[in-house]
Amino acid sequence: MTMRQLGTRPPQPKPTKLVAMIPSTHLTTSAAKTPGSVSLDTSTNPTQLWIAGDWTLPHYHDLKRQTDELSNGFGAATQVDMSQLGALDTAGASLLVELLGVQRLRLLAVQAPNLPESSRALMQTIQSALSDYCQPLKDPEVAVGTQLLARIGSAVEVIWDDTLQLLGFIGLILQTFVTTMLRPKRWRTTSVIAHIEQIGLDAAPIVALLTFMVGAVVAFLGATVLKAFGATIFTVDLIGFSFLREFAVLLTAILLAGRTASAFTAQIGSMKANEELDALRTLGLSPTEMLVLPRVLALLISLPMLTFLAMICGIVGGGMVCSLSLGISPAMFLSLMQADIGVQHFLVGIVKAPIFAFFIAAIGCLEGFKVEGSAESVGAHTTSSVVQSIFVVIVLDALAALFFMEIGW
Amino acid sequence: MTRRCVSPSEAVIQVRGLCNRFGPQVVHENLDLDLYRGEILAVVGGSGSGKSVLLRSIVGLQKPAQGNVRVLGQDLLNLSDKARSQVERRFGVLFQKGALFSSLTITENVALPLIEHAGLSREEAEHLAGIKMALAGLPLSAAHKYPASLSGGMIKRAALARALALDPDILFLDEPTAGLDPIGAGAFDQLILTLRDALGLSVFMVTHDLDTLYTITDRVAVMAQKHVLVADSIDKVAAYKDTWIHEYFHGPRGRSAYAAATHPHEVS
Repeated sequence: MTMRQLGTRPPQPKPTKLVAMIPSTHLTTSAAKTPGSVSLDTSTNPTQLWIAGDWTLPHYHDLKRQTDELSNGFGAATQVDMSQLGALDTAGASLLVELLGVQRLRLLAVQAPNLPESSRALMQTIQSALSDYCQPLKDPEVAVGTQLLARIGSAVEVIWDDTLQLLGFIGLILQTFVTTMLRPKRWRTTSVIAHIEQIGLDAAPIVALLTFMVGAVVAFLGATVLKAFGATIFTVDLIGFSFLREFAVLLTAILLAGRTASAFTAQIGSMKANEELDALRTLGLSPTEMLVLPRVLALLISLPMLTFLAMICGIVGGGMVCSLSLGISPAMFLSLMQADIGVQHFLVGIVKAPIFAFFIAAIGCLEGFKVEGSAESVGAHTTSSVVQSIFVVIVLDALAALFFMEIGW
Repeated sequence: MTRRCVSPSEAVIQVRGLCNRFGPQVVHENLDLDLYRGEILAVVGGSGSGKSVLLRSIVGLQKPAQGNVRVLGQDLLNLSDKARSQVERRFGVLFQKGALFSSLTITENVALPLIEHAGLSREEAEHLAGIKMALAGLPLSAAHKYPASLSGGMIKRAALARALALDPDILFLDEPTAGLDPIGAGAFDQLILTLRDALGLSVFMVTHDLDTLYTITDRVAVMAQKHVLVADSIDKVAAYKDTWIHEYFHGPRGRSAYAAATHPHEVS
């Protein structure tokens, strides 16, 4: 074998001096002239290693392949010729350091006297940085079955921990509430009212519109089904019962779980990420009292009011469909409702509102406290708070439905 | 220490007549400043004197009200998106708080520009990222951690590794040594000096660290009264007749930093 030519083209005479004068990085981005190459000449004795061209980031892929092929392919006595080396940046220099090794780098001053001082310094810097540094080890692969079991296990553990934390947090809120109630000086009225505006007033239009349309849809549905029995008049009862007992409070709670729980988590979460909560604690202030309590109280007040609005809008929506397509006039609609639907149905609906409100607020705030300093964590906990609060709302609603059915309301 | 002699014709950054205002508040008025190829320029000034705003104007994050900024001979604000991206690849910016991507590990943070711009495979990019991290002095254990679990000094180093990922021509450093312990800060200074010499970097630095000013800078620009009051070698700047500059360089901290830089043997 004579000359193992691994480079893309043979070493060309010069432009070493020219290149050396221009700061090397100048060439890296402006489409470097000569791609870097390395080749081993075994015809001479001792063997000669030719290093030429630009050893820069744009050629990294090719150079890496070439050096990988050459590694350990030459003996200790090999002479290194770097006289045709062009531009050099950290990427190229790191490859050279890996190729030549510590021993040869020390001899570079003798072996390659033409090498610019800056290039030698760069390689020395990289070599010394790498000397106490090797590529980080990744975690060993685990079998898929084991991973699956581990994930199921950790998910169950997370659910259990979350439940315990939520119960503990609810206790903390109640305790803070009681101690604060006894001292009117510590009531944060301004904060509560500001939150009521954000949570209640600002959400009123969307709640009204949504329930109005659902009311109309339910009326259409009822009319279609009941027509077969000649009982379209009971559409009024359908709308009254469904909105007073279930739909108004459930739709509002789900809407606020999406709108408000997420806002609470994001607000408290970014405060946590910014160490504002720690600052409050070091000032001897309680984040529960200052941040959580006003939010919980505001939602406790807002959700029943919005639920009432939702009941009215749902019934109006249904009533409109009744009067337009079934010929039941608004006056008749109202008198039918008055005759058929007792006040306990309204109470069944409205009594659930504060309970839902409390859980939505508690979950939203608690998830905010769980945020851990990164933007991604804020996102993950916001998602989690919405999912959890909707879940809790629906579960509680199902339990309440069973309860009220059993007591005969 | 070698200080480079650079001719004014090689300005990589030219700021001319720059004006910046936020509403009624005027931050810069008729500001001129040059960064020459291969030099380390430090910008100093009181808090709120608009140092960071100047840096943001130069890298094109802040649109100036008036005046123009030419970087590597091109006006960033008048370039097409593609051409601008080409120029921006030749910057490395180290933000004051690191600005690491919190959803990526440190290795992934450094490898990101290598994968996106240099077209390396993930494996190659992470290998090279490891080298940049070693250069920046990050310990091995930090490689697979997320930024949220690192100390301030480690975040600075990781951010430097990312800024160096594409072997930039110009390195912008916003308070690079703030929050580092004195040993770490000294090593950081030496690292920047070595990289400048080896790579021919031009370094634009906003700093308050007097030791950094005395050990590694070629020129110091003082920002006051909404423009650059003086930009020259540190000895000339320190001798400039201005109350603020006098207090800055001849206060107790300035004197001790000067003593440490001029008589390193006695100090060590």
